[in-house]
Amino acid sequence: MQMHDAHRVEIIIEAVMERRLCERLIEAGVTGFTVLPVHAGSGRSGHWEREGQVSKAGGMVAVICLLRPDRVDSLLEAVFPLLERHIGVVSVCEAKVIRSERF
Amino acid sequence: MLELAADNLTSPMILCFVLGVAAALARSDLSFPEAVAKGMSIYLLFAIGFKGGVSLNEAGIDARLVGAILAGVALSAVFPLVGFRLLALLTSLGPTDRAAIAAHYGSISIVTFVTAVSVLDAGGIAHEGYMVAVAAAMEAPAILTALWLVARGGGTTQTGGSSGHHLREILLNGSIVLLLGAFAIGWITGPDGQREIDAMITAPFKGVLCLFLLDMGLVAGRGLRNARGIIGPGLLAFGVLMPLLGAAIGIAAGAMLGLSPGGVALFAVLSASASYIAVPAAMRVALPEANPSLYLTLSLGITFPFNLVVGIPLYLWAATAFAGG
Repeated sequence: MQMHDAHRVEIIIEAVMERRLCERLIEAGVTGFTVLPVHAGSGRSGHWEREGQVSKAGGMVAVICLLRPDRVDSLLEAVFPLLERHIGVVSVCEAKVIRSERF
Repeated sequence: MLELAADNLTSPMILCFVLGVAAALARSDLSFPEAVAKGMSIYLLFAIGFKGGVSLNEAGIDARLVGAILAGVALSAVFPLVGFRLLALLTSLGPTDRAAIAAHYGSISIVTFVTAVSVLDAGGIAHEGYMVAVAAAMEAPAILTALWLVARGGGTTQTGGSSGHHLREILLNGSIVLLLGAFAIGWITGPDGQREIDAMITAPFKGVLCLFLLDMGLVAGRGLRNARGIIGPGLLAFGVLMPLLGAAIGIAAGAMLGLSPGGVALFAVLSASASYIAVPAAMRVALPEANPSLYLTLSLGITFPFNLVVGIPLYLWAATAFAGG
């Protein structure tokens, strides 16, 4: 089967920032992305888990988008000002997609 | 006073809370599914809001209602200034952490308020139904004061939105919308409306509150567990002194407004309580450099249990002694 190059951008960010991040993605022309709940984790700010949180303040979400390699820089430039002061991880990796016209 | 404290400590609600704290401290795997906890909080907010609205329908609107709301807004805006100074005296924290913590103490804990209302109802102590509206009005002003404190010190606030944007988010927070919406429905439909849904909002209320406080005890217990290594003596002192100071100011304000002893006690509870739902979320957006472990642990692990176990009977006793009854 014919496969096409793409990049997978994964942004793990505080749940309170989810709406703002999605708005930035849409403004940057990224119309396809997926938001996943994050169960637990550990990092520079210590261990945390979703269970027992009474506020969105303690939760995290993962926002994943697949896009053409030439669009990655513009996406990162659009979202970086929003993310730089917050707890989270941004990673980019190479991926393959089957239907390239969708990205 | 001792009788009040004993009644409070041996009530099913407080014992459920203590069970939750003990289970969390003992690292039990007891937990509530997220959706169940959310469902119980929706039920409690609706019931307390509705009953407050019915009470206003029966008593009618008077100048005290407007005065109480304005006083609540003013106190919520001023308490962070007091907390900010007190934290400077007791700790070596920087201005951003101090402002973020202080914001929590200007805002309110609706669970503490609901528990206090339940204690008053159990004791047959009358109180103004519109205190629900005062509670809603006290949620947000503290956040603006905290942002002003940081901006005044040259710090950076806000990511992806203005102060107005943050305020809109807080005012449209689900808890506030539900509380005020139920209050409005109760006010419009009055006692006739209450009769129609009484079986749902009155009889199960205490039982649901017991389970909800069991869950909150688990959360507070986890907060207490985390407090080791995070909360030093200065912060611990703040977590107890600030509610006492807030309650004293709240009692004075409530008495000056001419509220009933029950109303003064509720004003004290609102003034003494610290937010752990709306304000932490707002602080994560507006002041991401502030350490969330400090304000969440202090508010949930120290002040919330203190107010629930010691504060409510103490404030009720002081309100009765000060405002008569």
